Amino acid sequence: MGHHSNWPEWVYVGVVIALMCWVGGEAWNAERLIEHIPADAEIIKVTGQQWFWSFEHEDGTKEIGVLHVKVGKAYKFEVTSKDVNHSFNIHDYVVLMDAIHGRINTVWFAPMEVGEHAIQCKEYCGLIHYNMRGKLIVEEADSTS
Amino acid sequence: MVLEFQKPRPIWQIMFSSHHTDVGLLYLITSLAFLFMGGALALALRAELFLPGSQIIGDSMTYNRMFTVHGTTLIFLFIIPFASAVGNYFVPIMVRYKDMAYPKLNAIAFWMIPPAGALVWLGFADFTWYATPPYSIIAAPGPAADMWIFGLKILGISSVLGAINFIITILKCKHPDMSLGQVPLLAWSFLSSSLIIIVAIPTFAAALLMLLTDRLGVSGFFNPAMGGDPIAYQHLFWFTFHPEVYVLVIPAIGMMYEIIPRFSRRPIFSHNSGVFAFVLLSMVSFSSWAHHMQATGMSFTEKTVFMVGTLAAVPASAMHVFNFVATMWNGRIKFATPMIWAVGGIALFFSAGAGGVVNAAMPLDFQTHDSYWVVGHFHLFVMGTIAFGSIGYLYYMFPYVTGRMYNERMGQVHFVMSFIGTVLVFFTQHVLGLYGMPRRIYDYPPIPEWITMNQIATVGAMIIGVSMVIFLINMIYSAGKGKEADTHDPFNLGGKYYYPFEAKTPHH
Ligand code: HEM
Ligand SMILES: [Cu+2]
Ligand SMILES: [Cu+2]
Repeated sequence: MGHHSNWPEWVYVGVVIALMCWVGGEAWNAERLIEHIPADAEIIKVTGQQWFWSFEHEDGTKEIGVLHVKVGKAYKFEVTSKDVNHSFNIHDYVVLMDAIHGRINTVWFAPMEVGEHAIQCKEYCGLIHYNMRGKLIVEEADSTS
Repeated sequence: MVLEFQKPRPIWQIMFSSHHTDVGLLYLITSLAFLFMGGALALALRAELFLPGSQIIGDSMTYNRMFTVHGTTLIFLFIIPFASAVGNYFVPIMVRYKDMAYPKLNAIAFWMIPPAGALVWLGFADFTWYATPPYSIIAAPGPAADMWIFGLKILGISSVLGAINFIITILKCKHPDMSLGQVPLLAWSFLSSSLIIIVAIPTFAAALLMLLTDRLGVSGFFNPAMGGDPIAYQHLFWFTFHPEVYVLVIPAIGMMYEIIPRFSRRPIFSHNSGVFAFVLLSMVSFSSWAHHMQATGMSFTEKTVFMVGTLAAVPASAMHVFNFVATMWNGRIKFATPMIWAVGGIALFFSAGAGGVVNAAMPLDFQTHDSYWVVGHFHLFVMGTIAFGSIGYLYYMFPYVTGRMYNERMGQVHFVMSFIGTVLVFFTQHVLGLYGMPRRIYDYPPIPEWITMNQIATVGAMIIGVSMVIFLINMIYSAGKGKEADTHDPFNLGGKYYYPFEAKTPHH
């Protein structure tokens, strides 16, 4: 042991450490920016329960399974659960937050285009977990419904 | 000395023996039986996902129970007992002691596994391998859930007893002429993983009891309806099981440290760096548990801390890869079956680690978390790295255990098929995760990309399945009828490359 030179290994370890510092720094910075919730974000209460999602808007309107939002507006989801753990997920907008009984977790997004997107549950929650799906409908800002 | 099958003995002599090679043999056979049982479940799960709609599994409850038992079996009843088999055979020999430090305790640790396995299989619980509350308290049907809890309790105790035995055997029973630094890397891997077990397991052991009393309704530790906190369970669970993933992988790396230098016909590039990386890994493995909980609503600071803790483990893993590549660099490599498995395992270890870094980077994890990406990620470790290292080592120890050679051609076919299959299944699952498919689902909507990728993964799994049948035939046939092995140099590497059972001093 020790009778050969080890400098390539030191260089290599240095490169790996530098790479990890870079990944960590970028990730830290991106997450910091992403988590900054705009002050005018409208609150939507999201409740998961076996095996559907329900939503309550700021004005008191309630929806089950389907969520209507307006394009170009920021929304803050307050996510919770009535029973077991679920995870509220709009994959197309990288919205992901666990729904946990007794806690309110927040996550926000601002839809940029009119359209429809899948809402799904990403945390195992039993029998119909596979079909705990809903729909996000992003509408024109001036449409009324 | 190790030759088990050449002098036939009645089975009860092996079963009631506490000699380390006998206990090793029991571990070996048990772990392989569970490998095939757990693997059969995986094939059924993959067949179900071949197309949207119900295929071969009638309902989601059965599907959920099957993936729960699949994961539990392969982690606790295949990977861990297989490592114990190798440790039992080789650690005493490598530290030049006559047996494990406490032979009877050793046999007891083994005999806890079959009843625990029976509890898991006869119960067939449905709450996934991490039994998260509140589901596991208020929804998971008993007695399956309770049987799983008792089964895991027993397996935890068995692991701790085994770990104590390895630590004492290595630290206290090694030959006085041998310094700790000279202990071969395979034995070092058992020392490191055993130290992790001793520190990590008690936390989960406590959580299991709390889960049980919560289920009985006499406590509410994790039950929000009784004022408890389900997140607390996740901390206790991952405090044990993030380090535990290193308990799984470290012995497999140790096995590669046996195979790679020998089949490269060179000493390991740096023994000291291998030791250092093992010890470092066993320590930093405790700094990252909540990277599994990034979406539970942790604060930005907590998330940052656990991301940094996770990235801190990467250099130590990367050092092992360097050591292997540097050893092979100018070697006269012989690509016999054990070697190709080890090399394939290293390649998959590297890709798995790269995917892990993506998971660790906070914003990206919200893309990958609880999607098929994570399934792909950890299977590249458990299948691609650990099972590959283990199977390579099994071929390697085969002549020492049976006195006969396995069929080389079949071993190579087994590798090629398994490697292709593993890439098809688990690389595809990474991509599938990026397309948004959640894990642990019995059925999925007919999204064209999802269907295609699921079909690729299912085909890959079937290729692995067929290769495992070839493997089984090779093992059984060759153990009885294979050509006799030259136990001084079964792989024709040249006499300079010592073999464990006649080791005098390691690597010198
Ligand atoms: C380079 C080293 C590694 C890094 C950076 C890493 C990173 C991660 C991260 C961040 C997660 C959480 C992903 C999520 O749920 O969103 C994860 C999950 C996981 N990793 Fe790794 N990992 C590494 C090595 C390993 C090893 C060596 C193993 C096993 C031997 C392993 C097994 C697992 C398992 C089992 C899970 C998922 C558990 C589950 O949700 O069921 N990882 N890894
Ligand atoms: Cu769910
Ligand atoms: Cu982890």
